[in-house]
Amino acid sequence: MTQTIAFYDRVDQALHDTALQTALNRATTRFVGNRVSAISALCEADRLRDQARAIRAYALAHLDELLPQLAANVEARGGHVCWASDGEEARRYIIELARARGVRSIVKSKSMASEEIHLNEALEHAGFEVVETDLGEYIIQLAGETPSHIIAPAIHKTREQVSALFEQHLGMPPTTEVPPMIRTARQALRQRFLRADMGISGVNFGVADSGAIVIVENEGNARLSTTVPRIHVAIMGIERIVARLADLGVMLQVLARSATGQKLSVYTSLICGPARPGEEDGPEEFHLVLLDNGRSRILGGQYAESLLCIRCGACLNACPVYQAIGGHAYGGVYSGPIGAILTPLLQPDLPDAYLLPQASSLCGACQEVCPVRIAIPDMLLRHRADAVRAGKAHPVEKAAIRGYTLTMTHPAIYRASGKAARLFSRILARKGRFRRLPPPLHLWTKQRDFPAPPSKTFRELWAEHRKQRSQNGA
Amino acid sequence: MTTGSRRITFFATCIVDQLYPTVGMAAACLLEQQGVNVDVPDDLLCCGQMAFNAGFRDDAYTIAGRTLEVLRGKGDVVLPSGSCAAMIRHLYHELFAHTPFAAAADELAHRTYEWSEYLVDVIGVTDVGAHFSGRITYHDACHGLRFLGLGKQARMLLNHVAGAEVVPLPGCDQCCGFGGLFAIKQASISTAMLERKLEAIESTKADLLVTGDVSCMTQIAGGLSRRQSAIRARHLAEVLANMVDAR
Repeated sequence: MTQTIAFYDRVDQALHDTALQTALNRATTRFVGNRVSAISALCEADRLRDQARAIRAYALAHLDELLPQLAANVEARGGHVCWASDGEEARRYIIELARARGVRSIVKSKSMASEEIHLNEALEHAGFEVVETDLGEYIIQLAGETPSHIIAPAIHKTREQVSALFEQHLGMPPTTEVPPMIRTARQALRQRFLRADMGISGVNFGVADSGAIVIVENEGNARLSTTVPRIHVAIMGIERIVARLADLGVMLQVLARSATGQKLSVYTSLICGPARPGEEDGPEEFHLVLLDNGRSRILGGQYAESLLCIRCGACLNACPVYQAIGGHAYGGVYSGPIGAILTPLLQPDLPDAYLLPQASSLCGACQEVCPVRIAIPDMLLRHRADAVRAGKAHPVEKAAIRGYTLTMTHPAIYRASGKAARLFSRILARKGRFRRLPPPLHLWTKQRDFPAPPSKTFRELWAEHRKQRSQNGA
Repeated sequence: MTTGSRRITFFATCIVDQLYPTVGMAAACLLEQQGVNVDVPDDLLCCGQMAFNAGFRDDAYTIAGRTLEVLRGKGDVVLPSGSCAAMIRHLYHELFAHTPFAAAADELAHRTYEWSEYLVDVIGVTDVGAHFSGRITYHDACHGLRFLGLGKQARMLLNHVAGAEVVPLPGCDQCCGFGGLFAIKQASISTAMLERKLEAIESTKADLLVTGDVSCMTQIAGGLSRRQSAIRARHLAEVLANMVDAR
């Protein structure tokens, strides 16, 4: 039943990549453990999550009011707003701005929205020097890769691999110690911050009632990127909004605890426009790019709930599939359970995007950890239904399901096929089990035995039991 | 023998009926021993989950629609499977939304129980007089755990098994990798998940791995047997009905 297409190749590659397996195992185990202790230390964590969901749901239901309110408040504070309906518009705005202001060097702090619109490539193509300043992002930029995790982009790299990269690109002596690697990166990046004309950041939350954007981080690179260069451009998915400043009390708590298991991220920056007259710190210009890029299409449909996501990455860490294959195997910008929902919606052109929702055992660990309780398994199931409706089901699977449906709606066929299976197993099974089965079931027996059906069904045993009981004169 | 006031409809599920008849017998007979009148409708076959999970909603609608009719007016429904019970309780709502059967589906959901849940939460029994001399570890099947909130019932029942030492399973709430057709369509991921589960199970040095869903049991037992492990995988009902001999 397996089709030899890219997704399955990537999966097999990932499963056989021992360095990746080591890195994933180390990191996701740590993340999961930290989250559990951080959440369980929280008084009324469940109520807080309900509140967080309500805050996000309100924001989505009122985007039509909140987005203009946010934009008006940003402009009132001296900022500029770009409404970008897709990646092309966002890229064009940023490139034209950079050209108009004579920008040469750009520093970036982590932004999944910028990954979504392939901004780095576009900026480099336009002749700008672009440096990622989040340590993880910096590592993968040096490696020429893409993030494999929403909040830990280099989660797939072992420290040994990072050391080799730094040796190659920054002349660092090989080491397995983390502190010297961090020192090396810091020294290299410090120069870039001081040289940069423009800083580009993401946005964790846009706050409608105050025109502020919130950025949480642990390294201080986002604060530097947004204050040292003379221009700050923030890119925000239109759904990443909350109505009130007071909502942050809830959102920041659940975000940090879900993401890294911290009570609060090391740096939480509330940015309200450019430096005002007389202020020494802050950029001269502030631009907020409000990126739709397919989001308004999702709104109001059967996947709308996915827009509640606050990109904490908890579902990735908790997902046994993500733990096994890592982020790159998914092939989209977003990976893990939430990526399996978003990628077919945001990147419909990826030929194997429809397979991502299939790559789930529907165990529900994602929904269990989601700080805003997104019903991820339900939406994965909807994607599967969409794929079948679009005629993407494999012919063998289609035939199997037709046979199954016929069997399960006709007791006579059900009994007859049960008998046939028992006959078949008498020939092929050894010691009550199959060690080998014909295709497509060979995919099961390649690594697992399968039980042979016993000589009598439950129904037959039950009938005998009933008969015996009535004979005993019950 | 038993003429209790409780009557239930026992939905063995297709996989128990065909592959694990003793699990069905164990579960149904234990209910009888608790004074429950057990009815097994002859034409009750399958909940339709396989079609639903594969995305074939029309097929699922056909199968589940028939099951809905068979179960109409049949009182409390008890299944020896958290996964099939979750299909009825959680997913029938979406499957039958905006159809003539929406109300019937919701009504059925309210009288559907997983087997250990019915024993402990409804009947209120935690000691069924079982005994097993050996070490037992318990795996939480995902759908029962996360969509029905199960887990404590099975542990309460196991803790009353005379002679058994119940030891915790590291990562007991981690998926075994079964996932229905996922186990075949994504066999390599499924078996990678299974490997981790098997490592954890073997680390407990248990004699028995017990779980509440025969689907997970098929996956785990298939892996244990292929490894020629001495550990056996059994359904909770089999242990409680003293159907598992010490070895």
